[in-house]
Amino acid sequence: MNYNWNWSIFLEPSPEGTGTYADMLLSGLSWTIATALSSWIIAFFLGSFVGVLRTLPSPGAQRIGTAYVELFRNVPLLVQMFLWYFVLPEVLPASVGAWLKQLPNAPFYTAVVCLGFFTASRVAEQVRAGIQSLPRGQRMAGTAMGLTVAQTYRYVLLPNAYRIILPPLTSEFLNNLKNTSVALTIGLLELTARARSMQEFSFQVFEAFTAATILYVLINLVVITAASFLERGVAVPGTR
Amino acid sequence: MTSSPMPGPTSAEPAVPGARAPADSGLQSGRLVEPKAGGAPGIPMIAIDAVSKWYGDFQVLTNCTTAIVKGEVVVVCGPSGSGKSTLIKCVNALEPFQKGQITVDGTKVMDKATNLPKLRSRVGMVFQHFELFPHLSITENLTLAQRKVLKRPAEEAKKRGLDLLARVGLSAHASKYPGQLSGGQQQRVAIARALAMDPIVMLFDEPTSALDPEMVGEVLDVMVELARDGMTMMVVTHEMGFARKVADRVIFMDRGEIVEDATKDDFFGKPRSERAQQFLSKILQH
Ligand SMILES: Nc1ncnc2c1ncn2[C@@H]1O[C@H](COP(=O)(O)OP(=O)(O)O)[C@@H](O)[C@H]1O
Ligand SMILES: [Mg+2]
Repeated sequence: MNYNWNWSIFLEPSPEGTGTYADMLLSGLSWTIATALSSWIIAFFLGSFVGVLRTLPSPGAQRIGTAYVELFRNVPLLVQMFLWYFVLPEVLPASVGAWLKQLPNAPFYTAVVCLGFFTASRVAEQVRAGIQSLPRGQRMAGTAMGLTVAQTYRYVLLPNAYRIILPPLTSEFLNNLKNTSVALTIGLLELTARARSMQEFSFQVFEAFTAATILYVLINLVVITAASFLERGVAVPGTR
Repeated sequence: MTSSPMPGPTSAEPAVPGARAPADSGLQSGRLVEPKAGGAPGIPMIAIDAVSKWYGDFQVLTNCTTAIVKGEVVVVCGPSGSGKSTLIKCVNALEPFQKGQITVDGTKVMDKATNLPKLRSRVGMVFQHFELFPHLSITENLTLAQRKVLKRPAEEAKKRGLDLLARVGLSAHASKYPGQLSGGQQQRVAIARALAMDPIVMLFDEPTSALDPEMVGEVLDVMVELARDGMTMMVVTHEMGFARKVADRVIFMDRGEIVEDATKDDFFGKPRSERAQQFLSKILQH
């Protein structure tokens, strides 16, 4: 293979003129992190809400929850990204569509909403499974003491369910983090996008993607470490 | 009813495995409950009137009728699947029913106008599997509903909870978690948790069936004391010793029907139905 390795490429100025190639990658990294965290907030709260809907006694609520999950889980993420970015502004009233298109950082907001809604469907499934894995008597005990449905979820069911599903939720968080790379298709300058432009400008494809890979692995490790601390922090004495 | 501060002769505190419960101090003297308002003379605390219930096509309860007056202790027994749990859950509307009526202290439980959380907060319930909240400490278990349902200030709720915890002999475990207690201890906490709401009646659904044999006594002791303090109780149990000691009446259910509803003496002396006789001979054999 005729390839000129050049690890010092990271210290060379990028043709964008705002810093080195390393700076370019790090800026991509910060967009990746910002997108992952913001979309997770949506995914967590919306997903919890939808997951709860699927466990309520009301058949109507269950149907709404199921419809949400099936819709957002079964359309490919890439298609969803295009729908939010290219199609939504066209189907909305013209003034709203125009406002959306001129938003600064429109790819970022779109990616956050799209990933949030997509990952919410997966969080919802975890939350539902967690609640359903609790003994039926827990809900009954809460109800029997006079707690309302909302109070029973808030103080009894959800605190227990979240503890049980912390490991799969961590996986969903990591998936969401990696899924941010799909947003390069709508122009978000996140880590993968930046590695690609570095490769295009410098032709140092291996260096660029090695660096991106290492950065992805590092943030994954940080997340896993944080999750295991969290798991220990919320562990209940006397269980397992 | 007579009120005796300490339980009867068969109620010696059983030995609890030392490693698990070093500070289990047993029952303390003093009343578990003070006589409550409610239950005007002549009006039953619980009136179950011609209740029928179906799960789909399957009829679980058929025309069940009985009444429990203030201070009465009624034991409900019968074969597995006869509808005992279902009936007791209808009393606080944990299960809806399609026909008939149940009133608790004069309030219709299936009436749309009834404030169910409020009604349920006045009906204590104890489950076979304790159902303490595993993520909350014992103190938090005792205070959660007091604060969220009765809106008691935290300090008052804690005082009431710890007071009852002392009465069931578990003061030393206040800051532990349910998973760190034995089954018998958990059930005693569950009883204290229900009592902390100052209920006007207590429902028990096989409170000792999930316990190791050596822990049955400590739970029954608490229930005996509660009965002697004048609590109105509806108790699903096969502990006939308990029934003999404190029950006023015994209800025998079979296939969703109340087959027999008799005073304790009549029931143990001469149960009229063949089914009740068969059932009694089976459970008394051992
Ligand atoms: N949620 C339910 N759906 C359908 N059938 C049920 C349900 N709960 C209980 N049953 C049936 O109702 C009958 C009475 O149950 P249960 O009240 O639990 O009996 P018991 O407490 O006397 O053992 C049983 O045959 C049981 O299988
Ligand atoms: Mg039962």
